[in-house]
Amino acid sequence: MDQRRKTIRIGCGAGQSDDRVPPAVDLARDGKLDYLVFECLAERTIGRETLSKLHDPEKGYAPSLHERLRAVLPICHAANTRIVSNRGAANPIAGARAMQREARDLGLGNIPCAVVLGDDVAEVVRARPDLEILETGEPLESILPDLVSANAYLGADVVAEALGTGAPVVLTGRVADPSLFLAPMLHEFGWSYDDLGKLSVGTITGHLLECSSSVTGGCFAWPGRKAVPDLARLGYPIAEVSEDGAVKVTKTPGSGGRIDVMTCTEQLLYEMHDPSAYITPDCVLDITDVDLVDEAPDWVSVSGARAKPRTPTYKVVVGHTDGYIGEGEVSFGGIDAVARAEMAAAAVRERLEMQGRVFEDYRVDLIGMSSLHGVPDTRPEPYEVRLRVAARAKDRKAAEAVGFEVRSMHMHGPGGAGGGKGPMVREVLAVKSLLLPRELVNPQVVMEAGI
Amino acid sequence: MSDTIRVYDLAHCRAGDKGNTSNVSVIAYEETDWAFLRDTLTEEVVMAAYAHIAEGPVTRHEVPKLKALNFVIEKALGGGVTISLAQDIHGKSLSNVMLAIELPATGRNAPPK
Repeated sequence: MDQRRKTIRIGCGAGQSDDRVPPAVDLARDGKLDYLVFECLAERTIGRETLSKLHDPEKGYAPSLHERLRAVLPICHAANTRIVSNRGAANPIAGARAMQREARDLGLGNIPCAVVLGDDVAEVVRARPDLEILETGEPLESILPDLVSANAYLGADVVAEALGTGAPVVLTGRVADPSLFLAPMLHEFGWSYDDLGKLSVGTITGHLLECSSSVTGGCFAWPGRKAVPDLARLGYPIAEVSEDGAVKVTKTPGSGGRIDVMTCTEQLLYEMHDPSAYITPDCVLDITDVDLVDEAPDWVSVSGARAKPRTPTYKVVVGHTDGYIGEGEVSFGGIDAVARAEMAAAAVRERLEMQGRVFEDYRVDLIGMSSLHGVPDTRPEPYEVRLRVAARAKDRKAAEAVGFEVRSMHMHGPGGAGGGKGPMVREVLAVKSLLLPRELVNPQVVMEAGI
Repeated sequence: MSDTIRVYDLAHCRAGDKGNTSNVSVIAYEETDWAFLRDTLTEEVVMAAYAHIAEGPVTRHEVPKLKALNFVIEKALGGGVTISLAQDIHGKSLSNVMLAIELPATGRNAPPK
């Protein structure tokens, strides 16, 4: 078991399921970490993985688990760095077994894994069709026939309990991102939920780290304005947290990028609405009095966070199928490029109407001109433009027709249409949110001891 | 001297997404410019800049300790990441609309060089 420590180092080795692996290897090797956290679940990932699990009961965890763990497990094993990750997704037990197979293949022997369960509340919400969907105000009943998954954002308490088993690896399904980082602090320092100051420390630290390189110079560099050294070798972040709640954040020694008050401020406000009330399963964080101080190059101290007690509910993300999105693209260059693209767009629309295709949403983009920020009154015409048409339909055939008609602009459209790509269609897995009273959720820890 | 100044000249920004809502932070490089931005970069100015992208409303939060304003722009992401037909489903690029906003420069005290 662990010795009681006064200070711990926690690194973030992924901020999304497909995050870059090489910086995670550098972090594991050079970060002198006690804990390495992989945050790997976007809102819709669990829904997608729930479908994978239906097809194959051994699947349903984030599939990039294999590559990532192969790369870091030997290092973490040798350095006694414990791994915490929500990459168990819809099937953390299968994820744990997959991890253990990888460990055996790597010659590391048997690695016990503590698995956090209880986030899957699909049956609980199915029995409560009158729950209100936060985005629409409608009852859940309206999407129940298409429901794929329902997962509560669990907090740090159950993850800390999992760490209490002593297992080197903790795998979870849906857990709030900052909670993955707060959990090691609760476990190591014995912080309680009555100590709101400490909860605020762990939560703000987790929020700073949860998007990996977004706090070390990613999403930040700007030529001539915001210099980031060695962008190609951006390092991942590390927090050094003391038992008394002092926090400094830094990054992998020797890596590229930068971490300072500017990068931390951008990340702190990222995905935040009211800065005095950032709700997590652990507390309601208030960052309005936070002090970020550049203590040394790539060392920032964080203090002044506050928190109010956690709310009586868990946020639940519900995944449901919602038809298909089809899209197609084709390019126009030179004289009258924009006018020809617009002519093509009109013909595509008319042909789809002639076929009686029905769409719930339909969008035309001129890439190079209006695809990101729409069309304000004045915008110069570019030399070349790429027409993109995307539409959402209940009917798969209608979605397929979009890309087909765009590609056919090669032969059946305005002059000089080039570079069309094959029609693309995907099934839509939409998400909605609910609030579920805490007493209806039962977070728990299961040991997957391996053999 | 031009009589307008861009948000880009005074601050850096980042956009985040939650459902169909975008938040765009505005972080001043200088303390004096934070006060100028607080006075001039109003919810109305920001709503006007995003009017062709978002339905709104726009709500502004102030974080003086961080020299920051945080704008919450509702109905901005084509229904949200999972159903949006946009290329930039997260609206990561929406911070650049903020940076391009031009403000009347009168009343701004340039920070000492």
